[in-house]
Amino acid sequence: MNRAFSLTVHFFVTLLWLVLALYLIFLYAPQEATMGEVQRIFYIHAPSAWTAFTAYFIVFAGSIAYLWKRSEWADELAHSAGEVGFIFCSTLLVTGPLWAKPAWGIWWTWDARLTLTFVLWLLFVSYLMLRSYVTNAGRAAVLAAVVGIIGFVDVPIDYMAIRWWRTQHPQPVIAGGEGSGLDPRMFLTFMVCVGAMHCLFAYLVRVRMRLGKSRREISRLRRQFAGRVSGE
Amino acid sequence: MRTLRVVWAIFAKDLRIEWRHRETLVSMCLFGILVVFLFNFAFEPAHEETLRLLPGLLWIAFAFAGVLGFNRSFAAERENAGLEGMRLAPIDGGAIYLGKMLANLLFLGIAEVVVVFAVSLWYNFSFVPALGWFALITFFCTVGYVAVGTTFGAIAANTRMREVMLPVLQFPVAVPVFIAGVEGSTGALRGDPVSEYAGWIKLAAGFSIIFVVLSFMLFEYVLEE
Repeated sequence: MNRAFSLTVHFFVTLLWLVLALYLIFLYAPQEATMGEVQRIFYIHAPSAWTAFTAYFIVFAGSIAYLWKRSEWADELAHSAGEVGFIFCSTLLVTGPLWAKPAWGIWWTWDARLTLTFVLWLLFVSYLMLRSYVTNAGRAAVLAAVVGIIGFVDVPIDYMAIRWWRTQHPQPVIAGGEGSGLDPRMFLTFMVCVGAMHCLFAYLVRVRMRLGKSRREISRLRRQFAGRVSGE
Repeated sequence: MRTLRVVWAIFAKDLRIEWRHRETLVSMCLFGILVVFLFNFAFEPAHEETLRLLPGLLWIAFAFAGVLGFNRSFAAERENAGLEGMRLAPIDGGAIYLGKMLANLLFLGIAEVVVVFAVSLWYNFSFVPALGWFALITFFCTVGYVAVGTTFGAIAANTRMREVMLPVLQFPVAVPVFIAGVEGSTGALRGDPVSEYAGWIKLAAGFSIIFVVLSFMLFEYVLEE
C-alpha cells in the first residue's frame, strides 16, 4: 500500500474512532452516581494519561535504538513521540484541574499522581527544549537520546518517592484490586477512548515524522545545491 | 586499575584548577549563603518552625549551589577545548565522567558544609545531636544529585542558553533526591527513631547507584562529536 494512501486511511479511521468515542462518552455511558455529568471528562482525562506514558516509552525506546543503531528513523520517531506526547500530557494537566474543581473543590493538590504528571510534563519540556537549543542536528539527536533514557529511568523512582511522600488521588479504578471496578458500559467506553487516543497519537506521530523527513530532504537538497553552485 | 588512574588524574586536575582560580567553590558557597540570607526575609521562623522549614531551605540552597557548580565545571572545559583534548586521549568516557563527578561531589560537599554552618549560626539551630544521620542522608542525596548533575552539565554545555538548560534538565530528574533529602533530614533532626526514615536513605542510595552506573555507561555518547 502506498504511504500517502495509508496515511489517509489512518486519518479516517482515527476520525471515525473519535466520533464513536464521543458517542459512547455522551450518549452510551451511564451517569456517575456522585459526581454526575462532570465525571465524563474522565474518558478524555485518563486515556490522555495512558497515551502520554506510551509516548514517553516510545521516546525511550527510540532513544535506545538511535544510540545503538544510529538510524535516523528511530531519532525522528523519538522526537515526534516527544512532541505529540507533550500535547497529550498538557491535555492531561488541563482536564485534571477542570475535573478536580467540581469533584474535590480544589484546582490542584500536590498529591502523588498529580506531582508525577507534572514531573512527566517537565521531562517532555526539557527533552524538547534541549532539541531546539543544540544547533548541530546530529549532536542534538545524541544528547536528546541520553536525556530521554535518563528521564525514562527516573519516572518509576519519582513515582515511588512521590507515593511515599503523599497520596490523595483516587486509587486506580481499573485493575486496582478489591473494591475497584467500573460499570461494564463505562469500562467499554473507557477502553474505546484509550484506543481512540492511541490511534490519534499514532496518526499525529506519523504526520510529524513525514514532516521531519521532508525537512531533512530539503536541507539535503539545499546543501547539494550550494555545493554545486560553489563548485562551478 | 588504569581506569582508576584516569579517574584520579581528572579529579586531581579539577582540584588543581580550582586551587589556582578559586572561582567555582567560592561562588558556590557564596550563592548558597545568599539563598539562606534571602530566606530570612521571606520567613522569620520561631524555633519550632525552624525545624519544619530548615531541611527545605537547605535543599534549595544545595540545589542552586550545585547547578552553579555543574555549569562552571563544563563551561571551563568548553572554553579551553578541554573536552576535545580528553576525547583525543585513549581513555574511556566513563572514567572522565567519574573524575568530573568526584570533583563536583567534593565541591558541592564543601559548599554544603559552609551552608549548614551558616544556617546553624543564623537560625540558632544545633545540628550536633543528629549530625551522623543527617550527614549520611545528605551524603547519599548529594551523590545522587551530583551523579545526574555532572551528566546534564556536560549536555547543557553544548547548548545555547546553558544556564537555563541545566536546571530545566536537572530539577525534574532530581525530584526523588529532593524529597528524600528533605523528608529524611526532617526525621533525623526531629530525633525520630532511625527506622522511620531509613527508607529515605535507601531510596537516595538506590537513586545514586542507578544514576552513577547509567551516566557511566552513557557519558561516552555525551562526549562524542
